Amino acid sequence: MLSSILAHAPALQTVIPLVAAPLCVLIGQRNIAWGITVLASLLTACVSVFLMMETLDGSVISYHLGGWAPPLGIEYRVDIVNAFVLFIVGMTGALVAIYARASIEREIDPDLHVYFYTAYLLCLTGLLGVTITGDAFNVFVFLEISSLSTYTLVALGAGRDQRALTASYNYLIMGTIGATFFVIGIGFLYMMTGTLNMADLAERIANMGDNRVIRVAFVFILVGIGLKLAMFPLHLWLPNAYSYAPSVVSVFLAATATKVAVYVLLRFAFTVFGFDYPFQAATLSWVLMPLALIAMFAMSIVAIFQSDLKRMLAYSSVAQIGYILLGVSMLSKPGLMAGIIHLFNHAVTKGALFMAVGIFVLRYGSSRIEDLRGAGRTMPWTAAAFVAGGLGLIGVPLTTGFISKWYLITAAFESNDWWLALLIVGSSLIAVFYVWRVVEALYLAEPEGKPAVSSAPLSMVLPTWALVLASLYFGIDAELTSKAASTAADLLIEATQFDSPAEPAKAVPGAIGAAANGE
Amino acid sequence: MELTVTTAISLAVILPLAGTLLIGMSDKRPNQREAVSIITSLALFYLVITIAPAVFAGARPEVTWFEVMPGLALSFEVEPLGMLFALVASGLWIVTALYCIGYMRGNNEQHQTRFYMCFALAISAAIGIAFAANMFTLFIFYEVLTISTYPLVAHKQTADAKAGARTYLGILIGTSIGFQLVAIIWTWALTGTLDFELGGILAGKIDPTLLPILLALYAFGIGKAALMPFHRWLPSAMVAPTPVSALLHAVAVVKAGVFTMLKVGVYIFGIDFLAETHASDWLMWLAAASILIASIIAMTKDNLKARLAYSTVSQLSYITLGMALATSLGVMGGAMHIAMHAMGKITLFMCAGAIYVATHKTDISDMDGLGRIMPFTYGAFLIGALSIIGLPPLGGAWSKWYLMLGSADAGHLIMIGVFMLSSILNVVYLLSIVARGFFVPAPRLASVGAAAVNPKGGIQEAPLLCVLPPVLTAIGCFVLFFYAGEIYDLIYPVAFPGAAQ
Repeated sequence: MLSSILAHAPALQTVIPLVAAPLCVLIGQRNIAWGITVLASLLTACVSVFLMMETLDGSVISYHLGGWAPPLGIEYRVDIVNAFVLFIVGMTGALVAIYARASIEREIDPDLHVYFYTAYLLCLTGLLGVTITGDAFNVFVFLEISSLSTYTLVALGAGRDQRALTASYNYLIMGTIGATFFVIGIGFLYMMTGTLNMADLAERIANMGDNRVIRVAFVFILVGIGLKLAMFPLHLWLPNAYSYAPSVVSVFLAATATKVAVYVLLRFAFTVFGFDYPFQAATLSWVLMPLALIAMFAMSIVAIFQSDLKRMLAYSSVAQIGYILLGVSMLSKPGLMAGIIHLFNHAVTKGALFMAVGIFVLRYGSSRIEDLRGAGRTMPWTAAAFVAGGLGLIGVPLTTGFISKWYLITAAFESNDWWLALLIVGSSLIAVFYVWRVVEALYLAEPEGKPAVSSAPLSMVLPTWALVLASLYFGIDAELTSKAASTAADLLIEATQFDSPAEPAKAVPGAIGAAANGE
Repeated sequence: MELTVTTAISLAVILPLAGTLLIGMSDKRPNQREAVSIITSLALFYLVITIAPAVFAGARPEVTWFEVMPGLALSFEVEPLGMLFALVASGLWIVTALYCIGYMRGNNEQHQTRFYMCFALAISAAIGIAFAANMFTLFIFYEVLTISTYPLVAHKQTADAKAGARTYLGILIGTSIGFQLVAIIWTWALTGTLDFELGGILAGKIDPTLLPILLALYAFGIGKAALMPFHRWLPSAMVAPTPVSALLHAVAVVKAGVFTMLKVGVYIFGIDFLAETHASDWLMWLAAASILIASIIAMTKDNLKARLAYSTVSQLSYITLGMALATSLGVMGGAMHIAMHAMGKITLFMCAGAIYVATHKTDISDMDGLGRIMPFTYGAFLIGALSIIGLPPLGGAWSKWYLMLGSADAGHLIMIGVFMLSSILNVVYLLSIVARGFFVPAPRLASVGAAAVNPKGGIQEAPLLCVLPPVLTAIGCFVLFFYAGEIYDLIYPVAFPGAAQ
């Protein structure tokens, strides 16, 4: 019984939250909606763990939605690269769902809570779908599902701060431009190859050789995804969206949305276009790498001068995405591995930080640094969680941040770019400044007035600490993450894997129809 | 259950951590809290002592906790240099634990629980550094030490304390991540290992022209060694309560720095490799300059703790210089100086603290005639000062002796001159304090803040727990002179690897 269900695990990954989402609206009771959300996201997380365990050894699961064989039907294709990202999204999704109930209590009008849960589940569906699918157009469809629900989620922050509306609108415009670019790129590819299945695309592009249309397609896709992943200088939507969105949305977006976009970039750049595609190599090392370096420095410096914690973390996120892109643009296995491992490590660290800030917002009603003076004494657990996360951002040993930096710097040395190594440590030192400003405010400053602050609700503190402990655990024992990242990097580099047919043993005809396909 | 040596190693790192928790739990009961602190320090010293015989006999007990990344494990291995450092740090912790009680209570300091907790945590990190089996483990504990001492420096939470603590953290974290981590990862990329191996791991793996650059990354990256121009954090750290300055900024933290420097020289580069390539020549000159410049700055400081801090900067460079000489005798002298300087300098700091508790004076120019009122404190101060100057029969004589022999051995006679000149400068800036205390009569009009001192004379010392510890360490300076042979035997296999086989 269980095994026949697990055979459909790839489909369940997106179907569970997709089915749960309308249920929330139909029932209309916010407590029940919360229960459904938690249940659905926990199940989703279990499925993602299962998929990760299945693929950790490098094997590939190919699942044909509705039993239609690719390239005509939609294929869900799970290897360790996207299983790792599914794992990140699934786990944070579950923790965020638990965390959400108490967090939105004060930030969102109670009448809107059911809509929040619906939008949240749809967003989760979209992100998981983008990650799991093996069909280029399907990526676009899921990307839009996640984006549209994200605009809604950000706009829900208007209950706390009206500026959420403009932030959401801004994001809507930018996000739509990005999606348009992306779909134009896919259009070019379809025009040239006549297929939308990624494996098929990879094969045909490889046979086609260098070609101006392919180049144009690549650039459109790069820019479109660059907008989604907040690649400097296409990040302008991000600081406002993160600052004015409800806290729980900031947590979710920071930990997952940009990571999924990075995954799409990796998938297209390395699997579809091929790791050794010369035009891409030139673009990555001459365009992406300088932009990544600028992001690492400029955005970290901007973060120092922010007075709002959420905004500071948002700029820090853009800088951290710079690290990931830097690793990717090194075009070597160690670099790619460093980028992928930082994908996970940054999700965990930033998730924990935003969660801690969410608790501050709940109790202090503000995320401005000056309002949080002395919070180290009134809310010791939350403040300690923030400090632990902050140390992770700096990259202090025994946190995940250290592991990322270790791999990134090793990669720089292995390609003999010692100056890169110096730049990497230089930018992580800037993190000391912006983290320490907060630590001093939390612990060393005397609070102004007497804020009547009670301790935080357990349903928020526990998920926060779950992420903090994860960030410490994976900083102490990086075996699982480095193995996953290493296998993923191998898979991405060996573009040849798509030339061989998918293993028939694991190819299961699906019983459920295609979730969405606009072909 | 019998206590095996390997268990003792793990316990020695964990025990102060357990102490930290217990201290935290005794927040509202000061007596219990301080009893925990003293018992932990005694137990730790006992553990270190149980490891010692095996190491003296030539064994290198090791224990691995877990592997963080493939090939990079958190593991410990006790070798002679680490043994010496652990003995010094844990032994002097007992004395300081006693002294803390007198000082913190005598001054009615705030946040004492946090203070004792961070103190225990710092000791745990120091032991971790001492016993680290590879550069990776050492680096982890190095950073733990930096972060755990930050609250101690910022202890008073005044604007001054915060500014000092910011400099402290900024320089120590900045150099360690900015340079040391780069050096470590570079080493890893070159050799594929970070284990400490006698004779070094780099020989033949690196282009000799790059060797001085790598050494520079290490030398400046080990900010705790306070090599100029990255020494500013040490004077800044003097805003901390005096027990912190005494144990951490004369012993645990700074000695962790020079200890790391020695470890890198002996076990990563290998002194023979350094001698062949002359990669450390520039470091020798820089250390020599650091010795003299810091001594001269010390002479200009009127604040007693600031003067002692610059004296520490100068003395630390003795050890760096000993390593940079790249001779066996230089390493021997450097290693010995870890113990000798620790004993002398902690005495001086504890005396400075005792003076502060008794009279609330911090400036040397206000301390005229104090020696007659506080004879024990000043007596201890004199002995500590003489040991640092290097006068027999005090411990400091031996380390200077070997350092000078090392200079001669390396053919750098000018370095002997540097050591001599530095000794003379020591005389000027340390003995002048004692001379003022004993020979200059107290001013008739007591300066502000000194109302408690009776200018007519009569002994008026600080509380017993503030005076006894410096007297004990002053006696220790004598004892070290006679037991220097033991240290020599302990270090011998490290300094003379060829002869040991």
